[in-house]
Amino acid sequence: MSLQGLETAQQRDRARTIFEKSKPGRRAFVGPALDLEPRPLDDLIPAHLRRAQPARLPEIAEPEIVRHYNRLSKRNFDLDTGFYPLGSCTMKHNPKLHERVAGLPGNARLHPLQAPAQAQGALELMFNLQEALGEIAGLAHVSLQPSAGSHGELAGVLLTRAYHEDRGEHRTKILTPDTAHGTNPATVTMAGYEVVKVATNSDGGVDIDDLRSKADEQVACLMLTNPSTLGLFEVNIAEIAEIVHGVGGTLYYDGANLNAIVGISRPGDMGFDIVHYNLHKTFTQPHGGGGPGSGPIAVCDALEPYLPRPQIVARESAGGGGTIFDLDYDRPKSIGRLRGFQGNYGVFVRAYAYICSLGAAGLLEMSQTAVLNANYLLALLKREGVAEYLPVAHDQLCMHEFVLCGTPMKRDLGIRTLDLAKRLLDHGVHPPTVYFPLLVDEAVLIEPTETETKETLDDFAAIVADVLREAGEDPSVALNAPYTTPVRRLDEAGAAKRPVIRQAM
Amino acid sequence: MLAVIGVDCVEDLFADIPDALRLSRELNLPAGMAEQDVYAKLRELAERNVSCESELSFLGGGMYDHYVPSLIDSILSRSEFLTPYTPYQPEISQGGLQVMFEYQTAISELTGLPVSNASLYDGPSAVGAAAYLAKLANGRPRLVVSAGLHPHAREVLKTLSAGFATEVVEVGLRDGVTDPDELAAAVDEQTSAVFLAQPNFLGAVEDLESLVAIAKPSGALLVCSCDPLTLGLLKPPGELGFDIAVGEGQTLGNRLDFGGPSFGFFAASQEHLRRMPGRIVGETTDVDGRRGFVLTLQTREQHIRREKATSNICTAQALNALAGVIYLSWLGRRGIVELCELMVQRTAYARDRLTALEGVTALHSQPVVREFAVVLDVPVEPVIERCVAAGVNPGYPLGGDYPEYPNGLLVAITEQRSRADIDRLVDVLGAAVAQQAAIGATAVGAGV
Ligand SMILES: Cc1ncc(COP(=O)(O)O)c(C=O)c1O
Repeated sequence: MSLQGLETAQQRDRARTIFEKSKPGRRAFVGPALDLEPRPLDDLIPAHLRRAQPARLPEIAEPEIVRHYNRLSKRNFDLDTGFYPLGSCTMKHNPKLHERVAGLPGNARLHPLQAPAQAQGALELMFNLQEALGEIAGLAHVSLQPSAGSHGELAGVLLTRAYHEDRGEHRTKILTPDTAHGTNPATVTMAGYEVVKVATNSDGGVDIDDLRSKADEQVACLMLTNPSTLGLFEVNIAEIAEIVHGVGGTLYYDGANLNAIVGISRPGDMGFDIVHYNLHKTFTQPHGGGGPGSGPIAVCDALEPYLPRPQIVARESAGGGGTIFDLDYDRPKSIGRLRGFQGNYGVFVRAYAYICSLGAAGLLEMSQTAVLNANYLLALLKREGVAEYLPVAHDQLCMHEFVLCGTPMKRDLGIRTLDLAKRLLDHGVHPPTVYFPLLVDEAVLIEPTETETKETLDDFAAIVADVLREAGEDPSVALNAPYTTPVRRLDEAGAAKRPVIRQAM
Repeated sequence: MLAVIGVDCVEDLFADIPDALRLSRELNLPAGMAEQDVYAKLRELAERNVSCESELSFLGGGMYDHYVPSLIDSILSRSEFLTPYTPYQPEISQGGLQVMFEYQTAISELTGLPVSNASLYDGPSAVGAAAYLAKLANGRPRLVVSAGLHPHAREVLKTLSAGFATEVVEVGLRDGVTDPDELAAAVDEQTSAVFLAQPNFLGAVEDLESLVAIAKPSGALLVCSCDPLTLGLLKPPGELGFDIAVGEGQTLGNRLDFGGPSFGFFAASQEHLRRMPGRIVGETTDVDGRRGFVLTLQTREQHIRREKATSNICTAQALNALAGVIYLSWLGRRGIVELCELMVQRTAYARDRLTALEGVTALHSQPVVREFAVVLDVPVEPVIERCVAAGVNPGYPLGGDYPEYPNGLLVAITEQRSRADIDRLVDVLGAAVAQQAAIGATAVGAGV
């Protein structure tokens, strides 16, 4: 079978950038009329401070801009179109209400330097969100400021540093498991610590002996996610917490996998001191093709003084006029700011709308269903036709996601995990996360989320089985996939060797 | 489903979680609500905010009430842009990848620097990212930052430098711009990077050429924190000898959103390409020779390089950067100049009229594009309160960030503020200052 030579209409329509569509004299913008007597520009901004030539922005009319971006939009696969089981990313449905409420003028056109007295609704929303997130994590003190998971990690590690230094301790190392997401070790380096890797045991958990041997007085922190990136609950978490706390370190929770346990078990109760949330995962902020996100953090009492500032606080107004919400800058031990203003407020609105919609019972059901869906899909993929090629890395019940290992597929069918992923593209589903976690050879990390139906999971399992069966008959089909996408397999090595990263003009 | 899994109930799926770690109660959160009730609740909260829709606002200070054209809402609301993840599978993400390529081109063009990434979180965090690049590039122990940088950006530098062990030295302002003598005294071979702003926080257009001449010989990296919209008019940092340009992208087609989400941009000279933070999109071809786009130079990034990565950033602000490139296409080559010139004229008018008021003087005499600072003869906070009560928000009080100007006021004039709006500001602020002066006079008269 070969589709080569046959070109879809979309493939025939070659990429042209908006700069290439520019024609001198065309335009969309009509500015407001000048309503005063102009003064010579040279008198206002001397010529030597100005550009000699206008920036070469596109010259293009509105209808063509709209067509250009609509056309581009059709060259994207998206969550509203199909199944997106991208492990570790929690691609759950993004309720449409959230866009409506985020767009209300009182939110969308609220200036970030508006005085707190004139932004009471926004501050109350943020305060309520802090309270809800704190309750979910079992850690009372929340800062909404960080802008994504990795930003939350940086905040958490910097405040760990501030905490130790405040006590006169200058620790040098941070432990991360070998299953950790890349942002964890990268954060550790940026915060000036040395990364020390902790091994994983045969059950997919932290190797306790290895941890013990590495936990010493130089360890500032252990960064962990639970469930782990293998989708397994860390059953020894209480013991791990004891070991880390025993040497005076803090325990950090990477909240990327929080979707498994909301209302069931709380990081704070497990012994974690710092948690980040990914509001763009667990709490439905649409991912926007690479952001925006938001990565609030919650901490225990001992770390509270070091939280970023400003903090959102509630005060009883003098004279009994009710509660007043304010920005508190008077936090002498704070690590300071990590970004401008109050964080990604528009994301807070969406996350808060979600928490209001679901409530306590709904959030519990969210995690239960996420775990149910993952285990159901895992059970389907453990059937004959798939399991012999893609065995589950750790054969036990999973939490909200699970990892398959493509080694037998590579050996017996001659296709790699990458080829499987590329062939899935022809079936109208987004492939799972591949080659992560690094610990598992040819890893396939699958997270279906709670918003998928049984039928979608059945279909996906059937598609995977089909692709494997097809590879058994003719591996070249997968090896050369995809065929039906707007472009076919792309030369990534070439792109990196001779980087072309902007339109030549 | 349970039968297929082989368990009796959903509870059994959580058997791995020890009882002691279970939450034995329901979360202490309100019960769920119908969509219409959530809408009503959030609308009620939103209505308690005074937005630029409901008052005449002259607030600026890093984010500005520019008009966001309708086509941005329309395009950004498309699910195909709104709901995908980061483009890890390029064959089904060509739309988003091409957008990033176009965005990088536009940022390069505005900044005059050849290399742009695909966005960072926001302006101040991008300033922090530039400091980290400088640390990787030369390892020197000190950052020198002009007091003209956004106060939030200066604070981010201090926050992050605690991690990578650099010292931050601030250079003061003279007549609203970076003091060249102080800069000369602060910069030496130990300086890792020098940060200057354009326009600076007080709205002043800095004479960057002369400041670059002072700082360049030290070999420090020169970082310009600039507003991308006014770069439609002002000389691009790349032409002035800067190594890096960063800034807040909100002014390019992004809503105020009480401070976010917007985006930060990051552009640099060619030699720093492999030290850049964040995603970069490159052009390539597919197996049949079709043009396509991919995430490239990923060996800089955390998912490949882990502890040796040039940054920890993963999720950034792709959708906001899309708004930015649509906005720049909408403005176009001539429109961006026209918009900037309109702001220059109206801002000059506003500055002239306000500083002609009794009790209001210019804080500095530098050229301005969209924002300027004045000093009141009377306490600024009660004056602002009076104006706000009259439906006019006259600007941002500077005393908190610049104690040397306790009664300073920063006034922003976007293209959404007409001459009539400015006249109203003049009336309201003039009256408020006069009233405040009268109270002051009475108080003095009464011997208080
Ligand atoms: C386990 C884990 N940690 C951290 C991150 C980083 O989060 P963000 O992209 O929000 O910075 C991710 C994101 O994919 C993740 O999966």
